[in-house]
Amino acid sequence: MLAWTIYISFLGALALFLLPSRRAAWARILALATTITTFAIALTAFIQHRTGELFTVAHYSWIPSLGIQFSLKADGISLTLLLLTGVIGVCGVLFSWNIEDRIKEFFAFYLVLLGSVYGVFLSFDLFLLFVFYEIVVIPKYFLIAIWGSTRREYAAMKLVLYSFVGSAMVLIGLIAAYVVAGSKSTSLGDLAGFPFAPHFQMWAFPLVFVGFGILAGLWPFHTWAPTGHVAAPTAASMLLAGVVMKLGAYGCLRVAMALFPLGLAPWGFQVLGLSSWRDVFAVLAVIGILYGALVALVQKDFKFVIGYSSISHMGFILLGLMTLNQIGISGAIVQMVSHGILAGLLFAVVGRMVYSRTHTRDLAELGPMRLGKVIPFAAFTFVVAGMASMGLPGFSGFMAELMIVVGVWHSYPSLIVFVALGLVAGVAYIWRAMQLAFFTGTAVDTKPSHPPLPPISFPECLGAGILICASVIVGTFPQIFLNVIHPALSSPLFQGLRKGGW
Amino acid sequence: MNVINYGQLLQFVWPEIILTITALVVVAIDLLFFRRYGVRARFLAAATIGSAGCVAAILKLLLTSAQGSILDGIFLSNPLTHLVQVALLAITIVTLFLAVDSTFTDHVSEFALLLLLATTGMLFLVSSQDLLVIFISLELLSLSVYILAGFDKSSARSSEAALKYFLFGGMSAAFMLFGFSLLYGLSNSTNITHIASAIHSQPINPILIIAIVTTVIGFGFKIAAAPFHFWAPDVYQGAPLPSTAFIASGSKVASFFIFFQVLVLGFAGAEGSTSLLHFQTGWIPVLVVVSVISMLLGNLVAIAQSSLRRLLAYSAIAHAGYMLLAFVAHTQQSLAALLYYVVTYALATLGVLSVLSVTEKHLGNDTISDLAGLSRRTPFLSLCLAVFVLSLAGIPPLSGFFAKFLLFSALLAADPGSKLLLWLVIFAIGMSAVSLFYYLKILKKVYVADPPAEASNVTSPLLIRVIVGLLAGSVVILGCAPDLILEKVVRAIHASGL
Repeated sequence: MLAWTIYISFLGALALFLLPSRRAAWARILALATTITTFAIALTAFIQHRTGELFTVAHYSWIPSLGIQFSLKADGISLTLLLLTGVIGVCGVLFSWNIEDRIKEFFAFYLVLLGSVYGVFLSFDLFLLFVFYEIVVIPKYFLIAIWGSTRREYAAMKLVLYSFVGSAMVLIGLIAAYVVAGSKSTSLGDLAGFPFAPHFQMWAFPLVFVGFGILAGLWPFHTWAPTGHVAAPTAASMLLAGVVMKLGAYGCLRVAMALFPLGLAPWGFQVLGLSSWRDVFAVLAVIGILYGALVALVQKDFKFVIGYSSISHMGFILLGLMTLNQIGISGAIVQMVSHGILAGLLFAVVGRMVYSRTHTRDLAELGPMRLGKVIPFAAFTFVVAGMASMGLPGFSGFMAELMIVVGVWHSYPSLIVFVALGLVAGVAYIWRAMQLAFFTGTAVDTKPSHPPLPPISFPECLGAGILICASVIVGTFPQIFLNVIHPALSSPLFQGLRKGGW
Repeated sequence: MNVINYGQLLQFVWPEIILTITALVVVAIDLLFFRRYGVRARFLAAATIGSAGCVAAILKLLLTSAQGSILDGIFLSNPLTHLVQVALLAITIVTLFLAVDSTFTDHVSEFALLLLLATTGMLFLVSSQDLLVIFISLELLSLSVYILAGFDKSSARSSEAALKYFLFGGMSAAFMLFGFSLLYGLSNSTNITHIASAIHSQPINPILIIAIVTTVIGFGFKIAAAPFHFWAPDVYQGAPLPSTAFIASGSKVASFFIFFQVLVLGFAGAEGSTSLLHFQTGWIPVLVVVSVISMLLGNLVAIAQSSLRRLLAYSAIAHAGYMLLAFVAHTQQSLAALLYYVVTYALATLGVLSVLSVTEKHLGNDTISDLAGLSRRTPFLSLCLAVFVLSLAGIPPLSGFFAKFLLFSALLAADPGSKLLLWLVIFAIGMSAVSLFYYLKILKKVYVADPPAEASNVTSPLLIRVIVGLLAGSVVILGCAPDLILEKVVRAIHASGL
């Protein structure tokens, strides 16, 4: 049943392409119906599989001569992320309700993107996973280049080239692993069970990890992300920051770390105080956290603030993965969900509620418009999303970052100071952006010449409501997710990883 | 001395005979009955008759199970050659129909005749293991395509292209013949398996090295590998479109196949080493150099092109570089990968050129910037163009991606421990990341840019739409279900015992 999330998305895209009517409403409704159906399927599956163990969704022989199978399996981790994809998918359509230009194509590309994201999360065969992972690249390009804003063609090309270089690195690692293991199977389970030689893992692990890490915003390969997010139309920013970046993190955990656990082992010598790839990536992740937060603090463009905040939050995820203890990795996965929801929400506020009304994202120009009075709902949503993003208790960000910090405390006590600094900077940039954008306007109305801004529409309220509720649910009942994540982490797939670490 | 069994020979060469007779029939019918009709009607008649002949030859190939070799490899007939021949004939059919809506000439029957004769040359080419027959059939192919390239007599570009092609071709044929003569001197035989055993028994000497290099030059010209590629951009741009399509697809498939055989079978024992530490000379180092230069030059120069045809030419050079990696691996698996790659590459290139045949007629030229907004002027053709271009770029699930995956894994599997092979794979994959840039540049114009203000819809003849649709469908299907032909290829390779 879960496999239908993929098929329905692709069928929806095809239907949109073939839709004869020129009426925009039909395209919107069709897209919304498709995303809601896929979300419902993901939710049903999540409720049905409470144990979180690996189960088979679909399994067909695909290219028997090479041992490649069409194999879809899901466990607690993928179920959690599928659910996130479903939520973001629905909200993305709601926040794109105002698109008029070439709307059929817009939603067709959107659904192709969504379908292949589902595909990546479900694939258990590495070849299949890679196929979906690469399909993601193309619709991203068109969504940004056609419907984007600021320097869209540059941003789209940059994003695509970064992604493609990343997937090229992944492809090299995958082919090497496949060949070294005897060219018999590309199934993740089979390959993760194969004892690759330590020296092979030592170069294959960083290659594949960085390859996926590029998409996860790993510093210093993150530069595609802010420009890409800023240029993208709202729905694409939401998907991009919300789920596509998670594909990278998911690949890091599910492919790089599961396949080459010995790549994390110590080198046996020290360079600049670093003694393993694990140290290297942990330090890069911390740099990402601090760098993202500090750069966000000085941005003039509202959307760039959110763009850089994503780098910072993604740094937490990668750091969580590198703690190699159960609480840290679970925290990383909860942070994936949390950041997916919050980045979606923040981009929705900035891109849809503010930018498409005011046509400017310059914080200095937004201030005098007194948006806090003019569109109070936007201000309210941003305040709530900002609080969640800062990590206030009760919201998803708090739980996730708490778990990661505890994990870091166990593994890298020396890094905790920098993480704390990052958390403080996280409060500061949100505060600054909130103040400058919504609450600086003086009481005297200096510019009455402004045409009144259109009020917030119902789809926007609905989308924002869904995302806020999701964040609160994750923040107050993280157990729902942890119950399925823990069994998944103790499955045979991560056996090699457990032997090395926790 | 063996005695030729003419009965058997006749059995084996039926497809070629059918094709030659068809070629003559096309000329006769066109000149006798169709002279008063318009060019399109004549082209349609010629294409129909010609492809009827091709279909008959394909049926003969598929139905016959005759296997064997005449006079020790002068003429071979086995499942593998049949498979390649079927592919070549299919490509010829597409090319014939591609010409139907063109207006570059009124010498319709001559055009069809040359195309069919070139195909006959290719059929002979792929089914021989004897240097003399290879050379003669290669010349039959080459002479026909030289003329095809210059067929548009009203265009100076076309004549220039033909002259350039002819001069370079003549030169490289001379090199190849020189190499062949050295091989004959070394081994006293023109049969490539005999040559291999002669080479095997003696250490590598300078004459053999010269023979290797000149042979690589000769074939390198045919497959447009750098640095023997200088003809390609001009020919791709200047030649009439159906001729370009034929040169870019059919002639490539045949040349790659026979080049692989000559090198791997004929120079067995003179491979040289794939390891950097214990360097040993042979043809592998030569091919590694040619392949790396081709990938580098093709991909980098393609970035700067503004004409779609020239871009295709440089991308062809880059793809030749990838395909040469299969030679470096020289295993059964890599031959299968090579055949899959070259056939799917030919399909995608034919597809791009078919779309181009419509847009060129409407827009008057082939510059990429003139394709602006094509997706709103002809959605179907644009979608198909996207399929072809993305397949060339190697995006899954299209066949171009699977071809690359197959090729690179075959290369690594040839010697999993080799650093050189690993670096070659890394380089090739990195280069294909570069190639995405210029392929996306085409699609950016088609999908992102706005059409010019006064633009009307681009109408395309039904025939072209059908061809393009079929090609796009096969690119997608072969990518999603590669086992459809891969399994056949692998089985054929095993059956023919290469």
